[in-house]
Amino acid sequence: MSELFYNAVPNATRVAPPIPQPRQYPASKPARVYLFGTCVVDLFYPEAGMDAIRLLEREGIRVDFPQGQSCCGQPAYTSGYTDQARTVARAQLALLAGDQPVVVPSGSCAGMLRQHYADLFKDEPETLEQVQALAERTFELAEFLLHVCKVQLKDNGQPVKVALHTSCSARREMNTHLHGRALLAQLTNVERVEHSHESECCGFGGTFSVRMPDISGAMVADKTHNLKASGAHQVLSADCGCLMNINGALEKQRETLRGQHLATFLWQRSGGGR
Amino acid sequence: MNSQARIPAVEIDDDFRSRAHKALGDPQLRSNFRSAMDSLMTKRAVAFADPDEREQLRALGNAVRARALSKLPDLLETLERNLTRNGVKVHWAETVEQANGIVQSIIDAHGAKQVIKGKSMVSEEMEMNHALEARGIECLESDMGEYIVQLDHEKPSHIIMPAIHKNAGQVASLFHDKLGVEYTKDVDQLIQIGRRVLRQKFLEADIGVSGVNFAVAETGTLLLVENEGNGRMSTTVPPVHIAVTGIEKVVENLRDVVPLLSLLTRSALGIPITTYVNMISGPRQPDERDGPQEVHLVLLDNGRSQAFADGELRQTLNCIRCGACMNHCPVYTRVGGHTYGEVYPGPIGKIITPHMVGLAKVPDHPSASSLCGACGEVCPVKIPIPALLRRLREENVKAPDSPHPVMRGQGSKYSRKERLIWNAWATLNRHPVLYKAFSFFATRLRHLAPKHVGPWTQNHSAPKPAARSLHDMAREHLAQQGGRP
Repeated sequence: MSELFYNAVPNATRVAPPIPQPRQYPASKPARVYLFGTCVVDLFYPEAGMDAIRLLEREGIRVDFPQGQSCCGQPAYTSGYTDQARTVARAQLALLAGDQPVVVPSGSCAGMLRQHYADLFKDEPETLEQVQALAERTFELAEFLLHVCKVQLKDNGQPVKVALHTSCSARREMNTHLHGRALLAQLTNVERVEHSHESECCGFGGTFSVRMPDISGAMVADKTHNLKASGAHQVLSADCGCLMNINGALEKQRETLRGQHLATFLWQRSGGGR
Repeated sequence: MNSQARIPAVEIDDDFRSRAHKALGDPQLRSNFRSAMDSLMTKRAVAFADPDEREQLRALGNAVRARALSKLPDLLETLERNLTRNGVKVHWAETVEQANGIVQSIIDAHGAKQVIKGKSMVSEEMEMNHALEARGIECLESDMGEYIVQLDHEKPSHIIMPAIHKNAGQVASLFHDKLGVEYTKDVDQLIQIGRRVLRQKFLEADIGVSGVNFAVAETGTLLLVENEGNGRMSTTVPPVHIAVTGIEKVVENLRDVVPLLSLLTRSALGIPITTYVNMISGPRQPDERDGPQEVHLVLLDNGRSQAFADGELRQTLNCIRCGACMNHCPVYTRVGGHTYGEVYPGPIGKIITPHMVGLAKVPDHPSASSLCGACGEVCPVKIPIPALLRRLREENVKAPDSPHPVMRGQGSKYSRKERLIWNAWATLNRHPVLYKAFSFFATRLRHLAPKHVGPWTQNHSAPKPAARSLHDMAREHLAQQGGRP
């Protein structure tokens, strides 16, 4: 029997990390932050990134947007191309140096910085230290507005019903669904409606959507069906990957319902306008 | 019943994707799974009403399993010693062929002809029914769900509820066709029909086979949970009992069973405890009036030691086979268990099957997930399933001849072309000048964006880049605001 285990790493057993405690937020607003725009926002939803900047500036925060930034590395990481992901992650790391908070208008990319960079650099002790410090100062936009800026939004819009879709990694890694709900609750004329199977994945999953288009398509068909059935006039999400998936499917189905980035909605409702 | 010929569970389609395509187009299957999984998710949520208690218990379950795995070789030896002391004969099998050989030799020694089997996924791994049938021995499933799938020459589609892909009407037709009984959709009547057949078989069987939920090293006890009583009948009525299980099922002591059992039944079915909890600690003693005269335990490796050898992949062996990961999986819910084409479906199937059959046989398993994380969130023993899927993707795209392989079939999805694409992607995203040039052309030439973009446009309209990138807009805006661009 013991020969079964001849090649086992000694003491290789892993225990799950401790139950996470609620995140502690800085007591006061910082003077400056970095915005990490993410590649999908950059090329497909730049207005969402601009509205994130405007929301932050309205809170009296100076926003720096390092022009060298590109992608957090998630697509390669989740596809199993770890070395390529690390190369790209390292470049972002250098741009986000110092102790300025990093605000990300996308939950899954924020989750990548906060939760998975440590895995990428687990064998580089010095980089790992930097990465852990970066994780501590990385915030998803809704989270940052709510808990660090303690934003108070004043609703200037007409009554509207909205459905909120939260990306799975944002929900599970960043609690973004709770932050989004709390921000929407500040808007007096906005009614947030639940949709059936709200916590279920929209089927995007990065490269999953093109590797398994049949399954992904069945998932987004159900998601869009449930969103339409909710009676919402508008779909909101803090994650542009999901938005691309949901909006692309709705457009293909020739539906009029669309998803909008939460930042754009918040900015427009609370007096930003355009 | 007619169980001579081995008919495959599903038509042998080429691969996972074509089976998935077919399943997605079957509205009956889709609605059977959706409604069953919805109900199981609700039951679990109700059973774990207090999230703090749930998280504490999951942490404990994880710690108990991790402790057992940290001393697995020692615990297995202790288990063997204590079972032997209790009069149980212990056998070791590295492969399913060896395991079937052991079972066969026990059957031969008794000149047995009829075997009755309680629910056991390890016996499914062994394809025991077919192995025995090939030698002219009848092996009848006594779990109602297993009985139904056996009657229809199928494989289980779920590890806890093997016939979950069928609704009552489909079972009614099956019983009517195969057993010649009157057509009825009444579930209680259907159960009574099955029960009448099985009752007789319990009395006739020469050998009873069962699985094991927890093998307790300190006391030499085999713990088996079930709700129908068939497990107790299979392990006590026939003169010989053969238990089959995987080497990872060992726990240190009976105290360890308490949290695991609570996690198991609540995660699986949302129930506080099963109707039957069998604790088997040996054959009938001279002063006892019932129970089997012989008890055997077959401990099967079948690839588990490969997972054990790697610190990260070892966590796969935490599994207590509750099925919660599949109940909560948006992929499993839509394609059903047979699409996976192997014994263990769903998220746990995707991470454990590659160790059993090699990655090359299930090359799509690691990719068939959006990594949504629902499975990892509900796993009672906190297996980081999404992280392990990602790790398997990494193993899957490695060059097949990479040094220090950690698993059989490594590199089954290796593609030079895809690797070059990701290398190019990395170069583009690492060099700001290249990235800028790329985004310049992508935004300025947006009207030239293709109308059909591979599989994406199967479900979506073609994506069209924005007119200007955020880089551009932010630079302009921040120059006015005094931020550092």
